[in-house]
Amino acid sequence: MAIIRELKVCLLGDTGVGKSSIVCRFVQDHFDHNISPTIGASFLTKTVPCGNELHKFLIWDTAGQERFHSLAPMYYRGSAAAVIVYDITKLDSFQTLKKWVKELKEHGPENIVVAIAGNKNDLGDIREVPMKEAKDFAESIAAIFIETSARNAVNVEELFQKISRQIPPLENPEVDSNESFKLTRQAAPSSRRCC
Amino acid sequence: MFYSRGVCWSSGCEKQGDVSPVENHIHCDEGQPQTEEGSEAACPGISIVTDGFADSAPGDVSGGPASCEGEEHTHLDSQDTHLDSEDAHLDSEHTHLSAEQALDSASGEESQEDSGEFVAAMLARSRLEEQGLGVKGGSPPLADTGPSPPPPGLHRDEDVTADAWRAHRKHVFVLSEAGKPIYSRYGSEEALSSTMGVMMALVSFVQSGDNTIRSVHSDQHTVVFMQQGPLVLVSVSSSGQSEQQLRHELRYVYNQIVSMLTQASIARIFQHKKNYDLRRLLAGSEKILDGLLDLLDCDPSFLLSAVHCMPLASSLRDALSHVLQKAITPNLVFSILIAQGQLVTIVQERTVIEDARLEPADLHLLLNLIGASSAFQAGEIWTPICLPSFNPDCYFYAYISYLDPPSCSVCLLLLSTDKEAFYAVAECKRKIEEAMLAQNALAALAKARPYSATQVGVSDLRHFMYKPFDVPDNHRQLTQFTSPEMESPYSSEAEKTRLLDLYRDLHGRIHSTSRPLKLIYHVAERETLLAWVTSKFELYTCFSPLVTKASSINAITKLLRWIKKEEERLFIRYPPKYSTTPNPSRTRKAPEHDATDNGFLSLL
Repeated sequence: MAIIRELKVCLLGDTGVGKSSIVCRFVQDHFDHNISPTIGASFLTKTVPCGNELHKFLIWDTAGQERFHSLAPMYYRGSAAAVIVYDITKLDSFQTLKKWVKELKEHGPENIVVAIAGNKNDLGDIREVPMKEAKDFAESIAAIFIETSARNAVNVEELFQKISRQIPPLENPEVDSNESFKLTRQAAPSSRRCC
Repeated sequence: MFYSRGVCWSSGCEKQGDVSPVENHIHCDEGQPQTEEGSEAACPGISIVTDGFADSAPGDVSGGPASCEGEEHTHLDSQDTHLDSEDAHLDSEHTHLSAEQALDSASGEESQEDSGEFVAAMLARSRLEEQGLGVKGGSPPLADTGPSPPPPGLHRDEDVTADAWRAHRKHVFVLSEAGKPIYSRYGSEEALSSTMGVMMALVSFVQSGDNTIRSVHSDQHTVVFMQQGPLVLVSVSSSGQSEQQLRHELRYVYNQIVSMLTQASIARIFQHKKNYDLRRLLAGSEKILDGLLDLLDCDPSFLLSAVHCMPLASSLRDALSHVLQKAITPNLVFSILIAQGQLVTIVQERTVIEDARLEPADLHLLLNLIGASSAFQAGEIWTPICLPSFNPDCYFYAYISYLDPPSCSVCLLLLSTDKEAFYAVAECKRKIEEAMLAQNALAALAKARPYSATQVGVSDLRHFMYKPFDVPDNHRQLTQFTSPEMESPYSSEAEKTRLLDLYRDLHGRIHSTSRPLKLIYHVAERETLLAWVTSKFELYTCFSPLVTKASSINAITKLLRWIKKEEERLFIRYPPKYSTTPNPSRTRKAPEHDATDNGFLSLL
């Protein structure tokens, strides 16, 4: 009998980079060309197997619009992981991503798993953010890096699998030596926080 | 196009002035401006209505047109440069105004007339310049219906220089006091920045004379200005609606913006930085404002300031209310169930509504928010939202979720005052979902349909709108109205709009500030309408054209009897309540269906 672990994950990033599209692809395996901008934040769940555990992702898909920015702490507080999304065809969105990284470092949970997702990978011919630059940046902050395409269903599953793998198994918290994955007191209870 | 044949300034009065026509200087190549068919000959041309200060009565403008004509030309020449320097023009114009007033007190009205014409000319000119046509370019007037407007959804990309843009029935602009564009219904705000600049110039010009511009009237168009704190809202309409109605619509637009940002934070932002670009904060919300403006045009709820609830067997509605009443958590204040875009039931927190009632206007904004965005169809939404009529400065937190994905027609809306209550509120939804499943309520709701006017059983009655004031509790706690589906001959969009226009006209006359009416019998070309307001109800009816006065009165009697009979199905008779606040001391210990207090009737 597999153990179900609830993992709170929030998606952050500039407006229009495809946060909701990634979530929609992951949860419903569906892509909508005329998706409406998210209002506030949208809460969805999906359970995926990971080793001998089942990971139930409690996903907070936040709105990228500036007016909702002040609410973000409510969503990343107690999160096991944060996915920061940028649009590879918009340099500005990569700058916004850096701001999010900074904010998470300052105010986020200390052991949060950070994943950087360069979305709209299918629009490579109008790319503005070189893959190497983003990858180097991700390495410098010890974050997961992946380029995705919600439209073509490229690397979306993989993104969440990578997160799953970075979450230390419950029974054996000391398995990973990397300090950013050290399980501290708040992590386990907060990741299971739900009703 | 704004014809400028005469201008009057009137003080605090919404009536148009009686002015002599002045030659049209603005579009000299266009030939004679046409008088609108059926318009009263007494008020041709443009009139500008402002708030105060001018001593003249509306009818006082008697200055000979010839005497000011010379001045006019000078003004126009001096404007012939660029819009960039409009401030300078305004200043010099102002100086000129005061000088003239000082010199010749007898022609005071004249000078105002001048300046009025000046601003109107500015507005007209700026439009022409922006359209790249120039004053002498022989441009077609705005009223000339060119190609039909482009399909909806492409509003942002519309070419603001095209005839189709000018042909729109109603434009709404929102700008900041610094003249920065915030929103335009059609076309991109950037492309319209100089038009909006001129609008702001008009506002500030009139303001500099310790006055407030309220509206500009021309044969074809009514331009209504509304200033709300640091925001200026402008409606340019050829729909024939009254200024009062257009102002009412602008207030909705303002309130929708407030519902997203709160009044306090808008004030704070502009206090901090006068030329802030508010579009940064509204980015992604244009659809919500677009949706609101579409609803304002096609949904009479806004006109009547009342809520249209879904007709439903009272047993089903009561059962659903009961389900909502049971699923509570601390700080939950409103539980609202919506099906097919219409209100099914609403449960309100008892102590909260003792302090302030939930206005239909706020409910309309919530319904629009849900209808205008498909964002709610994925997952469960948690978002701050302000109810401007309830309290314009603070947020509620809204939990929004559809109960029947993927068809997404039944929507649950739970409002809490606690920002952190998501999980608790989501648990309420689970309870509601379970209870509804047990009662098979979703299937029952899916069968709910609007009713047909033929069900009333009165021949010749095509359509009606009935807003009661005497359904127990509901006028005071939740103003409602009922209306059948618009059926043939009003099934096409154009015919629906035509009927609504007729209703709007009747409504405007009933609620006219200068001469309110109680009863109107209006024989139109293709139908006969009767509007009637009493202390107990407000009623608008539409009959076939062959009806007589006597038979229509007779029909209304039958209609009222039918509504009385169907009351339970058509209205939420006793808006249910619950107590979720931990502090019960303020709770009035009243029975659930408290129908004893009908004191509001005596107020009418």
